Amino acid sequence: MANKKYSKEQLTDFYRTMVRIRTFEEKAAECFTKGMLAGNIHLSIGQEAAAAGAFAAIQPQDYFTSTHRGHGHAIARGMDPNLCMAELFGKKTGYCQGKGGSMHIADMKKMNHLGANGIVGAGQGISAGSALASKIMGDDAVTVGCFGDSSTNEGTFHENLNMAAAWKLPVVWFIENNCYGVSTEIHRVTNTPDLAPRAAAYDVPFAVVDGTDAVAVYEAMVKAMDHARSGKGPYVVEAKVYRYQGHYCGDPAVYRPDEYMEKALENDAIEKMGKRLMDLGVKAEELEAIRKAADDEMNAAVQFAVDSEYPDPSEAVTDVYSSDNERCVAR
Amino acid sequence: MSKKITVSKAIGEALHEEMVRDDKVFIMGEDMAVMGNVFAITRGFLEEFGPNRVIDTPISEEGFCGMAVGAAMRGMRPVVELMYDDFATVAADPLLNQAAKMRYMSGGQATVPMVLRAPMGAGRRNAGQHSQSLENFFCHFPGLKVIAPCTAKDAKGMLKSAIRDDDPVIVLEHKLLYAKKEEIPEEEYLIPLGQADVKREGKDLTIITWSREVNFSLEAAQTLAAEGIDVEVLDLRSLVPLDWDAIVKSVSKTHNVIIVSEEVKRGSYAGEISAQIAEELFDELDAPVERVCGLNIVPPFSPTLEDENFPHPDTIVKAVKRVLNK
Ligand SMILES: Cc1ncc(C[n+]2csc(CCOP(=O)(O)OP(=O)(O)O)c2C)c(N)n1
Ligand SMILES: [Mg+2]
Repeated sequence: MANKKYSKEQLTDFYRTMVRIRTFEEKAAECFTKGMLAGNIHLSIGQEAAAAGAFAAIQPQDYFTSTHRGHGHAIARGMDPNLCMAELFGKKTGYCQGKGGSMHIADMKKMNHLGANGIVGAGQGISAGSALASKIMGDDAVTVGCFGDSSTNEGTFHENLNMAAAWKLPVVWFIENNCYGVSTEIHRVTNTPDLAPRAAAYDVPFAVVDGTDAVAVYEAMVKAMDHARSGKGPYVVEAKVYRYQGHYCGDPAVYRPDEYMEKALENDAIEKMGKRLMDLGVKAEELEAIRKAADDEMNAAVQFAVDSEYPDPSEAVTDVYSSDNERCVAR
Repeated sequence: MSKKITVSKAIGEALHEEMVRDDKVFIMGEDMAVMGNVFAITRGFLEEFGPNRVIDTPISEEGFCGMAVGAAMRGMRPVVELMYDDFATVAADPLLNQAAKMRYMSGGQATVPMVLRAPMGAGRRNAGQHSQSLENFFCHFPGLKVIAPCTAKDAKGMLKSAIRDDDPVIVLEHKLLYAKKEEIPEEEYLIPLGQADVKREGKDLTIITWSREVNFSLEAAQTLAAEGIDVEVLDLRSLVPLDWDAIVKSVSKTHNVIIVSEEVKRGSYAGEISAQIAEELFDELDAPVERVCGLNIVPPFSPTLEDENFPHPDTIVKAVKRVLNK
């Protein structure tokens, strides 16, 4: 655990963000199980400290990409849970007007969220490209590419890391290593214990941190962001996390040994942060109030989504092109 | 003798029988060994055939499709799997520039007897990168054979033929067919590639279709029958090679045609077939051929939008009536 001093307020912020993420996802899971959501959702329950820590280090002008397991990134970035939930429901009021769904939440204009993505590894190129744009335009934004352990086995990881390093692009790659890609334990298909050290092959600095400790993640990310922002090129941070659920909501994860969840629960990020706060004198009631507020907030998000309209079928053909859409879609 | 099993079980049986028959056959893909595939098609295979022949890959589609080409050139018969056909774009080079072209460009020296199984299709609310029907994409590349069976019987018999075929074969499996239970023969059988199948005989109009839209077309045919319209449903099953004789035979009988697929309409394989009919069977036609496909859009997530994007039985009924002027 990080040894720098943090105020109660700072730590409480981490706690609140983590609780909000978990609550959002628990509500979403409940709706999914009741059949209120179509398609599929992938939950990041257990990985909240990674999102909370990383996004605390990301500045408003910075950009980021996310994945199929991206609700936590959106919440940690400060996006509106109502609009996130509505997107999960496929409603017109959702961030993507119901066209994308859970795997594709994005808010490109206000939040610099360049999109969650359904293609594993796609964010690696997009984040590097965003960083290239920053370099060419000379702005001071860093782009953070968030992705999972298993996506590092796509070729695009290496191609883009090489280019980003050669051209000193302001990009930080944030790997949440939950040790699984669907059912496949990462070490069955990867020869190294950690993934971030691959960066060394490209002379890119890296860090491997405990992703259940929001503070540790935050500190590693602050260093990484400073590095990238100062023109020294990319940085790779790997946070070791646990994915409590199966790959998707409803996956019983029978392929995973029991010890995985035993260890996960011993390291629950929210519980650990709660204890740390209590040690600093925060009262149990204060923590309870944070949880209650999150519960109310996310219930309201569900209600917002339920009350929202589905898009009109005629909207199926809108927004395929930015100009001359009607003709381009007609034939 | 026959038995009733799901389409996914039928596919599993085909893989199993071929792996037992020929030790050159091996399977490879994401989450197919320990988990036994996301649709449970290869459950138990790892235990039976061992890790050399049932291989869980990392998420490296370009890598393992490239390996399949190399192993096939050396005489193995890899059956590789993409979790969704949409990810073929990630593995485009090994499939389209290597597997497809190797034989031709080596002056006939190479054979690439690999099979790529690719779950496809709309209706599961999986949005733009997990719902596509990419028939046109695969059929465009000379060197690839492409099949898209609908029934459990066809899925099994054709996959077995695909594995034995010396060319690379793309097998498009509609995700919403996997759970369907159907009769298949108890004993071993093969269904050759390149043979269409008349799934319903009729005299007024031919519906040319494949994959899940066969079932929708049959539903539409029933509705139409109640109104005295008698349509024939020609299930192509195999897109390359295309059973042109079967098309000629049916069109020469009914003189009216619609082609139904879930593809994006523009540039679709449905359009290719339509063009061939217009060029060669013009004199047989009583009305222009109509394509009944998806829209020229990205597959949307929201149910109200996705339902606009693939033909349903009532879409097909309407198209038939339009063509017949009824
Ligand atoms: C190119 C591509 N291949 C395969 C998939 C199917 N798929 C979706 S998520 C996933 C596992 C990703 O694992 P990881 O990168 O570790 O992220 P996690 O799910 O653990 O968050 C797979 C194989 C995909 N969406 N895209
Ligand atoms: Mg993972």
